[in-house]
Formats: sequence, structure tokens, C-alpha cells
Amino acid sequence: MRRGLRRSVAGTAAGLAGLSLAACAPGGEGGAADNTSCTNEITEPAATRVTLWAWFPAVEQIVDRFNAEHDDVQICWTNAGQGADEYGKFSTALEAGTGAPDVIQLESEILPTYTILDGLADLAPYGAGELEDRFPAGAWSDVSDGDAVHAIPVDGGPVGMLYRADIFEKYGVEPPTTWDEFARAAQDLRDAGYDGYITNYATNGGAFNYALFAQAGWAPFDYDPAQRDQIGIDVDTPEARKVLSYWEDLVDRGLVASDDAFTSDYNTSLVDGTYAVYIAAAWGPGYLEGLSDADSGAEWKAAPLPQWDPADPVQVNQGGSALAVTSQAKDPEAAATVAMELFDDEATWKIGVEDAGLFPLWNLALEADWFTDRRYPFFGGQQVNRDVFLDAAARYPGFTFSPFQVYAYDRQTMALYDMVEGPATAEDALATIQDSLVRYAEQQGFTVR
Amino acid sequence: MTSTTTERVAAPARTRRRRAGQSLLDTKRQWWGWLFLAPFTVVFVLFLLVPLGYAFWLSLHTQGIATGGESVFTGVANYVRVFTDADFLSGMARVGRFVLVMVPLQIGLAVAIALVLDTLATRLSQASRLLVFVPYAIPAVIGALMWGFLYSPRFGPASDLFGVFGLDAPDFLSRDLIFGSLVNIVTWQWVGYYMIIVYAALRAIDPSIYEAAKLDGAGNRAIAFRIKIPMIASSMVMIVVFALIGTLQFFTEPTVLRSVAQGAIPTTYTPNMYAYSMAFSYSQFNYASTIAFALGILVFIGSYVFLYATRKQSGLK
Repeated sequence: MRRGLRRSVAGTAAGLAGLSLAACAPGGEGGAADNTSCTNEITEPAATRVTLWAWFPAVEQIVDRFNAEHDDVQICWTNAGQGADEYGKFSTALEAGTGAPDVIQLESEILPTYTILDGLADLAPYGAGELEDRFPAGAWSDVSDGDAVHAIPVDGGPVGMLYRADIFEKYGVEPPTTWDEFARAAQDLRDAGYDGYITNYATNGGAFNYALFAQAGWAPFDYDPAQRDQIGIDVDTPEARKVLSYWEDLVDRGLVASDDAFTSDYNTSLVDGTYAVYIAAAWGPGYLEGLSDADSGAEWKAAPLPQWDPADPVQVNQGGSALAVTSQAKDPEAAATVAMELFDDEATWKIGVEDAGLFPLWNLALEADWFTDRRYPFFGGQQVNRDVFLDAAARYPGFTFSPFQVYAYDRQTMALYDMVEGPATAEDALATIQDSLVRYAEQQGFTVR
Repeated sequence: MTSTTTERVAAPARTRRRRAGQSLLDTKRQWWGWLFLAPFTVVFVLFLLVPLGYAFWLSLHTQGIATGGESVFTGVANYVRVFTDADFLSGMARVGRFVLVMVPLQIGLAVAIALVLDTLATRLSQASRLLVFVPYAIPAVIGALMWGFLYSPRFGPASDLFGVFGLDAPDFLSRDLIFGSLVNIVTWQWVGYYMIIVYAALRAIDPSIYEAAKLDGAGNRAIAFRIKIPMIASSMVMIVVFALIGTLQFFTEPTVLRSVAQGAIPTTYTPNMYAYSMAFSYSQFNYASTIAFALGILVFIGSYVFLYATRKQSGLK
């Protein structure tokens, strides 16, 4: 009743607003989408306008550059939120049949979720297939299926280990290169009197935990967009059990924290010395730099991700993003031009690297001296790209995500939280995830192989 | 005493009903009535009935993501699924526990504060009345965000407060304490609102009744429990129904706190949150509508049972 009252008041207001708008609208020209307010300034009002949702830092500079160099196409940019926030809006727009932008920034892990809903346009007809050799092979495989190209890779998240050299030095512990050494280092740091944790295992770090599993050879989904009604789900594997038991053990022994990621408490712990190691994608340093309350004496270094088998190193990726053209694009060709050309020159990538802290998935940048040799002041002048991330990006083989990735992440968070908080074991957690995903897939009409 | 009161309350209601019956015969006047109702009716139909009907239609269909986005009529299949869905049922059980804890707590506090404020007539009591009411004036989202910071192990005051006594502060956002933390937020926010309703009802009582009671030898406690509370019974029933419905639809506070406690508050924490994530995170609009309708049915049954059980107190009989 109380909510009902409020709702009807709001309804009345909305209704009146709707009536007055309808009264003012000049008979059905449907110009609503063209009047979308742009966050940036359009320099060529007569040109074809392409709307873009993106959350890259420094994207406005990049968009302005593009607009200045094109007189036939102009980008109208809006930040519709990062990750899940944007995906919620995009999903709703797809369901509504209207309201989506022409070009959208998406993480590659979410692409199958939208291709199965026919939410993205295939870019191959606009010549995207010819761009294949401009990108690393793993990145390209994440955005394409056979001849179809669902998005153009922009930035990547090759994973490395960022650590506090000052903490390791103070307690006389060597930075680990394998996971066995990592577990020993965790104990050694504690024994030497360090009262923090070697690192944090966030149960809500969906993509992060996928990357850790993938490093041991985990391939949970067997899904081919050409056969939309079939999927193989194999979450509960020996590889996943090995990785999860490893972390469960470290958490149980109190050597690794299990705080939620992306909260203000977590952000502070990252930089104030509570965690000695931040296992992070290449965009991680940019994230750290933006945090407040940092230790003044902090000395960060980057090292390759610890390995399970040093003789056979495996590299993984977390996050990064791509530009896709939506199925609601008014002028798909112009939209494809934006997706393909926005990040297709060196000057733009200098902005992307220096101002936005992005890790380019664009071979010309990856091979350029200004990128490979770049010294990062945050790491005391270390050439982190040369030392860590270039190798990680080159060796990343690609990964197959499910067409219901948001659901899969949410279920994983629930099961992992049960594991670190309660009596459930790593085996229980994986079995729970497996069951819930199989049930969900069947409800969605998949034949689960 | 009680019986005279109910009679006095019931008498004008009866006359009013009789008058309404007469105007039914007067068709000309009835048309004027409809005309005055029209603006409301249009909005009501457009923005409540039509969306409700659409949601019901959605809930009878199924659209699997693997079946090419084709919407198939499946009748009550979604309802069978929702009432056997462990996530929905555990969410219902959870809001059920919230009802059992939160409603008595809020109403009890609201009535106690209102009774105290009603007997005082000092400037302090006016200030207290305002202070108790202020949290309701704060938007629910802002309130929950604020509490999120207060609960934060690092930024909140708890570690300092407990530190004074040499204790470790509990983690208010952990699985064990999140229930109490949420109860605290909602109680803080709504007690003032219920208090104002109860207080207004108390002020409407004729003070001569108290005088009569005192002459008959009633003390302050007897006046409070034997006169004041029975006389505001219908207001009490109303606020309990408000609290009941609001709690069964629990959404805002856990959703806001989820940003700092994703593990302790899963997406299935309450049925409303479950419906929300089904629709806007997983694009399952059909099943989300079913969850919303199933919740609506249960809320309706809950309110109906309560109103039926208290029909004597509320004067609905």
C-alpha cells in the first residue's frame, strides 16, 4: 500500500510527462535516437552519427581524435557504465528492441552471451576478416568463430604478478615463480612476522578465478555458435580441483585473505601493504595508481605469473575489451568503420597506453619500441611490458566462454563464498557450480553434451 | 470500554454506506463521478493494469536462449518451476524470517516511542519526534550506502568503538551478521514513519477519555495498554500491513549493500532481487515475470490472512 501509493504518484507524473511529450512530438519522425545527447562534441554535424558506449579511461580524447580525422562519420560517445552495469542496459535494450547504441565496448568473455541473442552484427561483410593478422592469435580467436567476426579486439588483460618488493625484501623472502614457491613464500612471510596476507582470493572475482583455473588447463565450456542448441559443460575437472584446493588450503591456513574484490576496503588493502602480492591483468597497474591511501614507501615490481609446471609455462588473460556493432545499428557499415578504425593508428594507441593505461591488442603497438621499452614510473622504471606482459599476451591461447556467462559468474561467486566461509570443500563447490549450470542450460533449451 | 469504542467507530461508517447506496441510484451524479475519476483511471490502467497484464502474459510463455529467441506458450510450467525452485523458496524463507524479526521490532519501537512522546509536551519531545522521523526523509538508497560505510571493517567506526574495550570489531558484512545488519538499516529507516502514524492516531483520541479513566482509577500504564492501544488498533493494523508488504518485497537495502558484500548477499537473497537479476542480468524476462507474480500471490495471501485475522481490530468487519 505504501509503495503502491508512491508508485501511483510516480505513475501519474510519468503519465503526464508522457502525454505532454506525445503532444509536442511532430508526427512520427522517430528522431529520438538521433537526438541522443553525446558526452563529446560533434564537429561535423552533417556527417553520419554513430553512437558508442564505452568506459575506457581517456576515451573522450580518442573519440575527439577520430571525429577530427573523419568528416563522413562522427562518434557520439556515452559512458553507460563499466562491465555489468553496461551489460544490464544493453540486455534490456535488446529485449526492448530499441535503445542500444550502434557500437559498444564489451569484454570478450561476454560476446557469446550476446551473439546467441543475435545482439551483435557480424563484421566480416565489412572487411573485418582481413584484419586478423593485426591482432595476437589468442585475442582474435576470442572475438571470432570461423569466418564470423563478432568484435574488434582493443585492449587485453594478460596476467602477471605485481608484488611489493619492499615487503619481500624486508622479511627476506624471494618472490615466487611457481605456485609451490608461492605457498611456501606465504608461510615464510608469516613466519618472518609479516602481519598481512601474501594475497587475496576474492570469491567474487569471476573472470580472475576463471583465469587461475584456465592456467591449469581448465576448459569448462564446449560451445560453438554454429550449433546454438548444444553445449558441453565440464566445470568440475581435476584441473579445477587442483587449483581450488590449493587456494582453499591457503585460505584455511589464514595465509591468504578472502575479501570481496572491488570494495573500498579491498582497494585500500591492495595499496596499504595488507596484501604483498596483487595477481593482476595488465590493466591492474593503472587500477592501483588510481587508488588512495597508498603506502608511501611502497615499491612495486612486476613478475610473470607463478606457474604450475615451470617447464611448460601457461599464460592467461583476464578482462580486456573489444568493440562490437550491435544488431540495432542504424548504419551498420558506418558503425563497423568506427569499430575497426577507432584504435587503428599509432597516435591513438600512445594515448591509450600513456593516458588510459591500456594494454594494446594491436600488433603494431606490441612491436613498437615505444611500447616494449616503456619504463613505468609506478614500478620504479621497470619495463613491465618487456619483462612480463608481452610474453603473457603472446602465449595466451584464447578461451571459450559460455553463452550465459553472467549467470555462470554469479553461481561461481555463491559456491566459492560457501567454500571459504563454510564447511563446503573445493570439490563441493565445483560440483555445485556444475549442477547449477547444467540445470540452467537445460532450462534454456540446450542439449547438454 | 472497548465495545463502546468500536460501536462509536462503526456507527458513522454505517451511515456513510447508506448514503453511498442512495447516490448509486442517481445516475447523473454517477457520470460526474466517473469524469472526476477518469484522469486517475487512465493512468492506473496504462501504468498498472496493462503492465500487470503484460507481465502475466510473459509469465505464461518461455523463451530459452538456446531456442533462437522464440517465445513458446507453456502455460503454468513456469509457475511449477518457480514453486519448486530452491533459490526462490529459500529467498521466500529468508524474507519470512525478516518479517518475523523486523515487523514486531519496528512496530514495537514505533508504538513505544509514540506512547512516550504522546504523554510528554516539552520542547525536547518535539525535537525527539523530528529526530526519530528524519531517517525516513533520507532516500533508502542513500541510507543503505551510508550504512555500508558504517559497517565497513576499515572505514567504519566499529573498530574504534570496540578497540576502546580491547575487542575486535565483528564484521557486520559477514554471512552471520548480514541479516542483523539489514534489520538494523530498515528499522532505523522506518520506525520514524510508523511512529508518526501511531502518534497522529494517538493525538486524535479525545483527552476526556483519559480523564474518565483516571477518575475510574486507571494508572498511566493501564491508560496506555487498555485505552490508547485498543483505540488506535486500526492504525496499528494498517502499519503492520505496510511493514509486512514492504518486507516481503525486500529489495533496495540488500541490493545496495551487495556492492560491498557480494558473497554474503547473493543475487538470490530475496525473491525480488532474484527476479531483478533474472530479468536484467540474465535476460530471462519470462521467468522474472513469473517470480514477480509468484511473489505477488504470496504477498496477497499473506496480507489477506493478516487482514482477515485482524478484521475486528481494523474495523473491516
